[in-house]
Amino acid sequence: MKSLGSIRRDFAPWNDPNAKPYIQFDKVTKKFGDFTAVNNLSLTIFEREFFALLGASGCGKSTLLRMLAGFEEPTAGRILLDGQDLRGIPPYKRPVNMMFQSYALFPHMTVEKNIAFGLKQEGMPGPDVEKRVAEMLKLVKLEQFAKRKPHQLSGGQRQRVALARSVAKRPKVLLLDEPLGALDKKLREETQFELMDLQQELGLTFVVVTHDQEEAMTMADRIAIMDKGEVMQVATPAEIYEAPTSRFVAHFVGNVNMFEGKVAEHTANATRITGATGAQIVVDNGGNAAAGSDIVFAIRPEKIKVSSKKPADAVNALEGEVYDVAYLGDMTVFHIRLDDGQIVRASALNASRVTEDPLTWNDRAWVSFRPDAGVVLTR
Amino acid sequence: MNSTWSRFNITSIVLGFAFLYLPIVLLIVFSFNESKLVTVWGGFSTKWYVSLFHNQGLMDATWVTARVGVISATVATVLGTLAAITLTRYTRFRGRVLFSGMVFAPLVMPEVITGLSLLLLFVAVGLDRGFFTVTLAHITFTMCFVAVVVQSRLVSFDRSLEEAAMDLGAPPVKTFFQITLPVILPAIISGWMLAFTLSLDDLVIASFSSGPGATTLPMKIYSQVRLGVTPEINAACTILIAVVAIGVIIASIANKRREIQRQLDEQAAQRG
Repeated sequence: MKSLGSIRRDFAPWNDPNAKPYIQFDKVTKKFGDFTAVNNLSLTIFEREFFALLGASGCGKSTLLRMLAGFEEPTAGRILLDGQDLRGIPPYKRPVNMMFQSYALFPHMTVEKNIAFGLKQEGMPGPDVEKRVAEMLKLVKLEQFAKRKPHQLSGGQRQRVALARSVAKRPKVLLLDEPLGALDKKLREETQFELMDLQQELGLTFVVVTHDQEEAMTMADRIAIMDKGEVMQVATPAEIYEAPTSRFVAHFVGNVNMFEGKVAEHTANATRITGATGAQIVVDNGGNAAAGSDIVFAIRPEKIKVSSKKPADAVNALEGEVYDVAYLGDMTVFHIRLDDGQIVRASALNASRVTEDPLTWNDRAWVSFRPDAGVVLTR
Repeated sequence: MNSTWSRFNITSIVLGFAFLYLPIVLLIVFSFNESKLVTVWGGFSTKWYVSLFHNQGLMDATWVTARVGVISATVATVLGTLAAITLTRYTRFRGRVLFSGMVFAPLVMPEVITGLSLLLLFVAVGLDRGFFTVTLAHITFTMCFVAVVVQSRLVSFDRSLEEAAMDLGAPPVKTFFQITLPVILPAIISGWMLAFTLSLDDLVIASFSSGPGATTLPMKIYSQVRLGVTPEINAACTILIAVVAIGVIIASIANKRREIQRQLDEQAAQRG
């Protein structure tokens, strides 16, 4: 039998040109008065995908979710679910359910009644409702809390009731609006994995809205990075991190060093870049930027090596001075001020307890990186 | 905080409470007066309470007041709740500010003016004044109080509760009756109580809008007092005070209990 992990690894319908899209946003625009919350956005989500909408507050990610749930109608464009145009279908007739950021548990009903609410609406017979509720309580491990009211539960328990209630009807799609936002850090990390297991177990399509990049990276099959009502990039967490397509995305996810510069020349298998301050950088993939055009070279801190002497075999090596050192236990973060004035952030894993070549404030230092360590961005 | 009993503190408390309660205490004491003279103590007796229940005029007036109170408070609660919902929910219609101002204006409108204008209206449309017109008048002036109470609850109402219900398949009307109404019910009940109390002790508007056969208790008391205060009136007022006091005490005890229970529950939940 395949483990869940390997199912996830093999799951990549977005690379299959014949895969049928499950949810389609087709040139969707949403305006509130003069404010454009979502701007001509197109997006495709596949069945059984765990899809994350990631962005700062006000980027339009929640509006997108609310349009899918039916609380807002698009000003223009179409939203298709399993081939069906959702326009005009009220929320109570859509085969999607939502887990709200505030959980929105009905305060006057017990946990049991909360979970049963949706089932009763569709006219499920009493014994079946009871059976399904018991099943859901077991799923979220709240069997002994069935008769409690929401205010008698802790934050984590409420979150699980909200989750049980939203999956009880077996919706085609589960929408989660900042599902872990109200939990403390430790509980949040545990719950992330619970959510992933649950999604695999039920075989549902999850669309989750979050502003927490770590959360999105951990849970999602693919992430859409949003800004000002537009999608900046849709890709797997690894692609988003290792191959961002724009400065915004590179900046938004993780830490990054940016070198402004120009493409000096393309050779057979390398591209030479002249930095704005004179640094010479060689990369093995210059993208399609024409020679002489303005570009940005982006590189993650952990891909930069710091040493006190110039590494003999390094293709790219720049000299500078240690400006700041932060020891974080598992790793050390260096800020190196290059001789041209630019500050470079580099992080080094503390693989051994004793460092043979310790660098400290104001030491001369070299930063070096491989030609494939960073990406060239044109926008 | 300094909690010592200085002479100044004691004096101000005694004076303050005397100012508030002396008249009422006097009224209660004299309702148990043996003598027919209101201001002369003639010994303890409950005979005025007995004679009160044989005073057909007062008993009729009490019955009218109770019916007017219940009917007008109920109708005012329905209308006031609807107005409050409209004002909090549909915030983008034209003239909303004007409309909300107009709903709340009667709160500060002098009662004489409200009463007079209602009287003019009833005369103009040719309504015979009586039970029906008093009730109508009371609905008019208590409705805005209900609207204020319910609206203040609705402002803090989490709309996502309704969205969650609809998301789970409940159409809007069902959502209202199964989710919204139960959640705001305490505010609606306090609105009803307020409307009922206001109707109970209204004299001015009732005097304008009432007619023969529909004398309310305050009107009856007032007209009798003009002929001289009898201990019977004192007895009637004492009963009224007792009813109101018991109501207030029960409500506050229930409130307090709920609060304590909630705190215990929350502590239990924190412990897991």
